[in-house]
Amino acid sequence: MNKPLLIEFEVTCVDRSGATARLTLEPVGGVTMPMPAPGQFVNILVEHAHNTFLRRPISVNFAEPGSLMLMVKEAGEGTAVLVNSLPGDRYNILMPLGHGFTLPEKPEKCLLIGGGVGVAPLLYLGECLRQRGVEPVFVLGARNRKELDWQLPDFEKIGKTFVATEDGSLGTKGFVTQCPALDLEADRWYVCGPMPMMKAVAAAARKRNVECEVSLENKMACGLGACLCCVEDTADSGNVCTCTEGPVFNLNRLKW
Amino acid sequence: MVNLNIDLGAGLKLQNPVMTASGTFGYGREFESLTDLDRLGAIIVKGTTLEPRQGNPYPRMAETPSGMLNAVGLQNKGVDYFIEKIYPEIRHYKSNIIVNVSGAKVSDYVETARRLASLDGIPAIEVNISCPNVKSGGMAFGTTCAGSSEVTEAVRKVWPRHLMVKLSPNVTDITEIARAVEGSGADSVSLVNTFLGMAVDVERQRPFLSTVTGGLSGPCIRPIAIRMVWQVAKAVKIPVVGLGGIMNGRDAMEFILAGASAVQIGTANFVHPDATIRTVEWIEDYCRRHNITDFSTIVGALNR
Ligand SMILES: Cc1cc2nc3c(=O)[nH]c(=O)nc-3n(C[C@H](O)[C@H](O)[C@H](O)COP(=O)(O)OP(=O)(O)OC[C@H]3O[C@@H](n4cnc5c(N)ncnc54)[C@H](O)[C@@H]3O)c2cc1C
Ligand SMILES: Cc1cc2nc3c(=O)[nH]c(=O)nc-3n(C[C@H](O)[C@H](O)[C@H](O)COP(=O)(O)O)c2cc1C
Ligand code: FES
Repeated sequence: MNKPLLIEFEVTCVDRSGATARLTLEPVGGVTMPMPAPGQFVNILVEHAHNTFLRRPISVNFAEPGSLMLMVKEAGEGTAVLVNSLPGDRYNILMPLGHGFTLPEKPEKCLLIGGGVGVAPLLYLGECLRQRGVEPVFVLGARNRKELDWQLPDFEKIGKTFVATEDGSLGTKGFVTQCPALDLEADRWYVCGPMPMMKAVAAAARKRNVECEVSLENKMACGLGACLCCVEDTADSGNVCTCTEGPVFNLNRLKW
Repeated sequence: MVNLNIDLGAGLKLQNPVMTASGTFGYGREFESLTDLDRLGAIIVKGTTLEPRQGNPYPRMAETPSGMLNAVGLQNKGVDYFIEKIYPEIRHYKSNIIVNVSGAKVSDYVETARRLASLDGIPAIEVNISCPNVKSGGMAFGTTCAGSSEVTEAVRKVWPRHLMVKLSPNVTDITEIARAVEGSGADSVSLVNTFLGMAVDVERQRPFLSTVTGGLSGPCIRPIAIRMVWQVAKAVKIPVVGLGGIMNGRDAMEFILAGASAVQIGTANFVHPDATIRTVEWIEDYCRRHNITDFSTIVGALNR
């Protein structure tokens, strides 16, 4: 696994829709960016916010040699600064961090299930799966069409994409758990989204007896396994750091 | 050439005055790719107890203005695990390794220190009588002179090398405690541990931390910590190690001028994982700019 490094990045492109923005960033000064694994995250220093002190953890939305994409949704002051970034802004980023999704050894049928800004890491996961000869199938949930339609082409380029919106303005009406696509034959589910959504999907995975990994968003400080603030209580080892043993966990390890 | 060496006595010689604060730097190796682990004054590892501890339930952390509250509660795998599994992997660092020792009972501190004494490569232990995040022991010892003396005296009997005692700031007069600890055989005191604090999630109408209260650290505590270091440095003859909210070399120099022979860097490691080494470099440059050839001559300059 790549060791984390501190790298200065410059924003080269900002795509915005409402309270969410996708930032494209490139390392400053020809520094080589270590390639993250899918499901890994970065810890980003937001220096221009008045009340943020700690770094903010954000998942890798996409990565190519020399370029990193982050999908950020405004949740408070730190993410507001990130969402309102302009090309040319610079950020000090600690990356890559954490333990990502397990990629199957042999071709398998994989369902990538996301909700809200939790769809972000699934894009990069989908691309990595595709490169290994797996055809990923996305099942994405959002509140409404506006939240998701601008991102859809990127997912559709990589794999078949099903959508559920709460107001029915796009795809199936309702939550992802109500999307018929969940009944597709699958060996493995990858899940990321808000806690209630992940718990509902996890329950469905248990019922179907399908291998399932979820990506947690516990509050973090260091992101390095040093402060022990981010722990999740696991069935096998008690409190473990979400930032190093996670953020992605096999459902069997969690006490859900 | 600037000589950054500092001798804290009883065999604890530092190549420079910058150490890591316990609980904020893991066992050092977490920062291997981010900072030079051979160039620190000392690496003070996570609080170690006799038995393994799971710590407090999540959530254990809340960000606060210029700082954070934590309620980790001394999660660690116990002293035997440290000796057998962790120490062999970190002993090769050229920085001193110091173990932070905690306990609920005096006998826990004593037994932990006794087992650590078998590791010749460990020049010092830091006895934590000031953790606000455990129900019994911890801070309870550090808030009275009698309790502080009792732990220090007992550990002194079994620990043959440098004995550093870490003081709680959650007291009325920290100089009294420092003097009590000095009188009981401590070779140095480190201060401060975290301040007892609390934060409330107003939307959910409940405390942010599972334990309700927790320890406040970071730059928000720095001016109080410096005041306490300044008071203690005048009250005792043993060396004082200063910490609390140091983010960089300039902050460290405030403590040093106020009387700290060395400093520890804690919460800053979470924001700037290379804060320790940058502080070493800043202090070296400061000495050069001020024509100081021997770092030790600047310690406590305010008090002269
Ligand atoms: C591993 C990981 C990956 C993440 N990936 C993304 C991502 O790709 N895109 C994205 O937009 N967000 C992501 N998040 C969540 C993001 O880190 C938080 O929204 C952000 O830290 C909030 O900071 P703030 O200053 O904007 O808000 P604050 O003012 O700090 O908080 C605003 C609200 O957000 C809540 N919050 C704070 N920190 C977190 C957190 N770590 N997780 C969940 N809620 C939090 C607070 O309780 C509060 O209700 C991720 C979190 C983790 C741990
Ligand atoms: C997450 C966290 C864990 C800590 N764990 C310990 C510990 O195990 N033992 C100890 O003596 N102090 C512990 N501390 C206290 C620090 O070592 C230090 O005394 C305090 O944070 C003040 O310094 P700072 O503001 O530079 O962080 C911890 C602090 C934090 C933030
Ligand atoms: S965030 Fe510090 S240990 Fe996970």
